[in-house]
Parts: sequence; C-alpha cells; structure tokens
Amino acid sequence: MGEPNAVANAPSREILEKIFRTAYKIRVFETEGIKLYRQGLIRGYFHPYLGQEGIATGVCAALKDGDYIASTHRGHGHCIAWGADIKKMVAELLQKETGYCKGYGGSMHIADIKTGNLGANGIVGAGIPLGVGAALANQIRGSDAVTVTFTSDGASNNGTFMESLNLAAIWDLKFILVVENNQYAVSTKIEESTRETDLYKRGLAIGVESHQVDGNDPLAVYRMTQAAAETCRKGKGPVLIEAVTYRHMGHHVNDPGKYMPEEKLAHYKSRDPVDRARADLKDMTGITDSEISAMETEIAAEFAAAVEFSVASPEVSAESFAAFAANY
Amino acid sequence: MRELMYRDALREALDEEMARDPTVFIIGEGIAERGGSYKVTEGLLAKYGPGRVRDTPIAEAGMIGVGVGAAIAGARPVVEILYVDFAMLGMDMIVNQAAKFRLMTGGEGRVPFIMRTQGGTGGGVAAQHSQSLEALFYHIPGLRVVMPSTPADAKGLLKHALRQDDPVMFLEHKHLYMTKGMVPDGEHIVEFGKGDIKRAGSDVTVIAWSNMVPRTLVVAEDLAAEGISVEVIDPRTLVPLDRAMILNSVAKTRRCVIVQEANRRGGVASDISSIIMEEGFWHLDAPVEIVAGLDIPIPFNLALEQASVPQKPGIKAAIRRALHLEPAALAAE
Ligand SMILES: Cc1ncc(C[n+]2csc(CCOP(=O)(O)OP(=O)(O)O)c2C)c(N)n1
Ligand SMILES: [Mg+2]
Repeated sequence: MGEPNAVANAPSREILEKIFRTAYKIRVFETEGIKLYRQGLIRGYFHPYLGQEGIATGVCAALKDGDYIASTHRGHGHCIAWGADIKKMVAELLQKETGYCKGYGGSMHIADIKTGNLGANGIVGAGIPLGVGAALANQIRGSDAVTVTFTSDGASNNGTFMESLNLAAIWDLKFILVVENNQYAVSTKIEESTRETDLYKRGLAIGVESHQVDGNDPLAVYRMTQAAAETCRKGKGPVLIEAVTYRHMGHHVNDPGKYMPEEKLAHYKSRDPVDRARADLKDMTGITDSEISAMETEIAAEFAAAVEFSVASPEVSAESFAAFAANY
Repeated sequence: MRELMYRDALREALDEEMARDPTVFIIGEGIAERGGSYKVTEGLLAKYGPGRVRDTPIAEAGMIGVGVGAAIAGARPVVEILYVDFAMLGMDMIVNQAAKFRLMTGGEGRVPFIMRTQGGTGGGVAAQHSQSLEALFYHIPGLRVVMPSTPADAKGLLKHALRQDDPVMFLEHKHLYMTKGMVPDGEHIVEFGKGDIKRAGSDVTVIAWSNMVPRTLVVAEDLAAEGISVEVIDPRTLVPLDRAMILNSVAKTRRCVIVQEANRRGGVASDISSIIMEEGFWHLDAPVEIVAGLDIPIPFNLALEQASVPQKPGIKAAIRRALHLEPAALAAE
C-alpha cells in the first residue's frame, strides 16, 4: 500500500511514527515527572530533557538491537528513546524496588545492561570512556554493534572527552559521540568556557569524522546518525555528531534558569523538537489529527499507569539491603 | 612445583586466562611489542594478537575508563598502569564508576575490571613513582584490593581476579618482579579473602603484605636464632580481608605487630589494628604495634628513602617491644 502524501526520500511511516511517539513520550515523562517532583514524590536531582527530545529520539531511531548507549546526568530522554520501560523508570525515580536499580540508583544512574544501556552518569564526561570501552569490548568480540555515548557541551572541556575519543579513533571503534550542545553548563554559557563554540571541530583535530546538526530537527538527527552508524559498521568510525539545541528551562527542576535570555528561549521554543516530529509525521504521511491525538492519549495513559504502579510498589526491605551490603 | 620469578608467574596467569577466556584482553603503555616495563606481558602480543594486547597513548583516565566500560559491557579487561602513582589520573573511573556501578544498578551491573599496577620504594624513582597507595583503594567500598608477595600468590590471585566479577586493584611491588619462588604446577588459583601463614610461630603475630613480607621473614629468621617464634601472616588481599586468620593467630600468640610500607596516617595497618582492638582485645598481652612509613612523600636520596619506610631493625624492635623485651616506645610527642 502506498503512503498518502508520501514525500520523496521520506523515511517510512513506521520510523516517523516512532520518532514522534518517542519525542512525545519524553515530553510527557519530563513534564509529568516534574509535577511528581513538586508534589514531593521524587527527591534528589532531576535534570529535565525538555527541549532536547529531538536528539535522543533521532539517534536511537537509527540504532539497532544489540547496539549500546551511554548517557548523562540528563538521561531520562536517552533511556526512553532506547526503549526503556516507563514503569521501571518512574519506579526508580520514586525509589522503589521495582525500579531499574531497585531504588539504589535514582535519576542519574538508571542503566539496563541487558539491553545495552550502560547507564546515566552523575559525573560529567564519564560516559565517554565507558562508551568507548563498550565499543572496544564489541570489537574484541567481533560484534558489529555500534556504541553511542551521549555527552554535552560541558563535558567537552573535560579530559575524558579527548582521551577517550582519541582511543576510539586509533582503534577504529564503532563509536558515535553525540555532543548535545545546549549551550550551557548549568549557568555557564558556552562562550565562557571555550573560544571555539563549534564543538564538532574538536573531533576534526584528531582525525575523527565530525558533523554538526540541528538538534531540534529529529529527522535530521536520525539521518545523520544513520549515516554515522553505517560508517562505523564499515569499520570507518568513530564519528562525532554535535547536535545544537537549547534547554526549555533551568539546569534542573529547582533552577529557575533566569540567566537564559528570553528572546533566545522563545526562539528555540518556536522550534520545538516535539512539534517538529509531529509536523513531520503529518506532512510526510498524511496521518490525521485524530490519529495523532489517539497516540498522545495512549502515551499519557501509559505514564499514568506507570505512576500508579510505582506508587503501589514496595521499597527495598532492610533484610534485602543487609544481604546486598554483605557483598562489600 | 617450579621456581619462577614473580613477573613470570604473573605472565603465566595472564597467558592461561587469555587462552581460556577470549574476552580477556590487556591494554597499557608499552605492554604490547615491548612487553611492559617489567616484562610481565612479554610474548603475549605474538600469541594473542594486536586485538587483545594493545598499547595505549599516555591517557590514564581514558584507558582506565575504557577498561571499566569494557568490563561493564561484559569483557574482562586488564589495564596495566605503569605506576600506581599514575592511577591517580583515573581515580574518577575507579572510584565513581567501577566501584559504584554494582550498587547503582541495584546489583544488576557488574564490573570485572582489573587494574594491574605496581607501587613501593626501592628504585630511587622518587616521590611520584614510589608510593604505596593501597589505603586509598581500601577505603572505597566496591573495590577488591590485592597485594601479592610471592610468585605463587601473584599467579593464583591474578587468575582468581580474572574469574570473579568485581573491580580489582591488583597492586604489585616494583621490588618483587625479579624475586623467585616455588609455584605449583597445573591450575593454581588463590581465592580472595584467604590469608596465608608465611611462617608459623607461637610467640607473636606479624601481619605484613607485599614487599614487607620478605623483609619480615628475614627478621623472623633472625629472631628464631634468639629463641623467638614469629608467626608471619600475609593477608594477600586487603579487601576482602581474612579477619578470621588474623584473629585466630592473635588469639594464639596474644601479641601483634603490623608492618606496612605505606605511610602511617589513615593506613590499612591502623584499620587492622582497630579490628583487633574491637574483636581480639581480650586476647592481647601487649598493645598492637604498627611499623609503617613516615608521613612524608618518598625522598630520592637513598638513605632518606630507606629512612622513610620500614626497615628490618625497626620491625625487629617493634616485635621485641610487643614481647616486652624492649622498653615500650614513648608515645610520640
Ligand atoms: C565532573 C563533574 N563536575 C561537575 C559536576 C556538576 N554538574 C552537574 S551537571 C553540570 C553541568 C553540565 O553541563 P553540560 O555538560 O553542558 O550538560 P547539560 O547539563 O547542559 O546537559 C555540572 C557542572 C558533575 N556532575 N560532574
Ligand atoms: Mg550543556
């Protein structure tokens, strides 16, 4: 069956739908998660991915089962795009035993090794060597898996960035470094932390194929990652992708983000990645508004069910904790 | 049994485990063609190829981190760091990543990562190449800390390290690589957490590890001539620690001396002493003595270097004090 209004060179409806669903799911997770935080159901750090959804969404849509990802402190979006179970994510944020880490990890440490998710990380820049390590393990095993580390503009000034990317380069690893340049490290503007704000150029300096992409355009990110993954699988990796974007709010839920200039924020909000994914889906497939709202309702219901499940879940018992502690 | 050098015993362990498990690989500076600064990895490149035996650039944080990542992803990396002093560049990867991953993932994730490195004095290599830093790792929950003193232990412990799933700080001693000892034939594995009585005795327990073991054994031999029977215990792994062996020995001899090359402050000896105080106090006939390095960086000058870490006369004097054969040391002022 031909697709109505098919656009030349457009990805399949399946991909477009997946991209929209994922971006929207992240949007709901973060928006509703912040409400749970404000109600006191979530403690500790919560770094929202709002405004950056297009990046995780586009990247993960271009990867395959068996690939690996490593993430950051701002990691909910990466997990969701990787296909994580929302129930186990919410349960983790609510420190329940049914969470991904049984409540031992929290927002900054959600990982799922079985699916190749090496985890979020509370240390800025640390996911880069970990991802390169997974790529090395895969090379030694003779696997054609690609590993993506999501990292950030702030991390690009940490030593791990160049050390690890260089190791990936000399060993031709199947590794993609996605630098989410949201132009801030907490409140520090990128211009204050580097003289060269085009971060992809750092890859060029050490012989790594490097590109810049509009991080608010999920399809562009998807296409670029597809090409990068292909390059890697041919043994011509690693590849660096700098995705330029902007947060929709402060650094974490308790940061009002007053230092973000209003006009710039408005500019980026007018180029909202979730809206873009929705528009792409409509324009390229001719899907109806009611079909889209059905998807949105479904995703909202999935999140509500995850909250219900998590609230009802138990926390780790003292006995279980004692048994675990004996390992140390 | 064959007589082997410590470095050759380590190589045998790597060789046997690489042959057994294709996910074991080694990275480090100058370890491939050159065979490593201490020749531990000599010949392994030829046997296992450049995929599994790789030289790295001088990027300690990177190579340790890459090792940790590979371990998380299911391989068994051995990262060789030239000097334990240089491991400081990779401390985030050791402390915040490797040590914590298992807990942070609720027990799901494991990190079978091995950092092989060496420390200690003896080479005239001065303050940045001579430290004994086991206490740093000992302090961090989640790490295993291994300090072999003999070729047999070096081999058996390294083989065990490659068959368990937690991050291991495998701390060799630069002075021991060329020492010789008998190593059992065939499969030889030493499990973690099992100390070894290097010399049985009845008058006093001396606990020592790494290069302090051979030094203490010489002292014990000297004292035997004076009719003093010294039991020398080598815990072999500081984490996990064979508390039972230590406490049983102290219960028998009622006196204990702990010898560590590392400086005294915040050291492992102090912690072992506190364990004995808490769990073996009523057995003691004398205060626990600690013989440790001075609380200073290691000087270059040979006499000063030697003055900075325990030597035989100091060990002997502490043993005699524990036996009330010398006046108790005046409390430090
Ligand atoms: C090594 C390290 N230093 C500092 C911090 C504290 N910190 C957490 S997030 C952050 C800013 C990170 O900015 P960036 O890397 O650009 O990521 P973003 O928050 O913009 O996603 C800082 C400084 C940390 N977690 N780790
Ligand atoms: Mg940033």
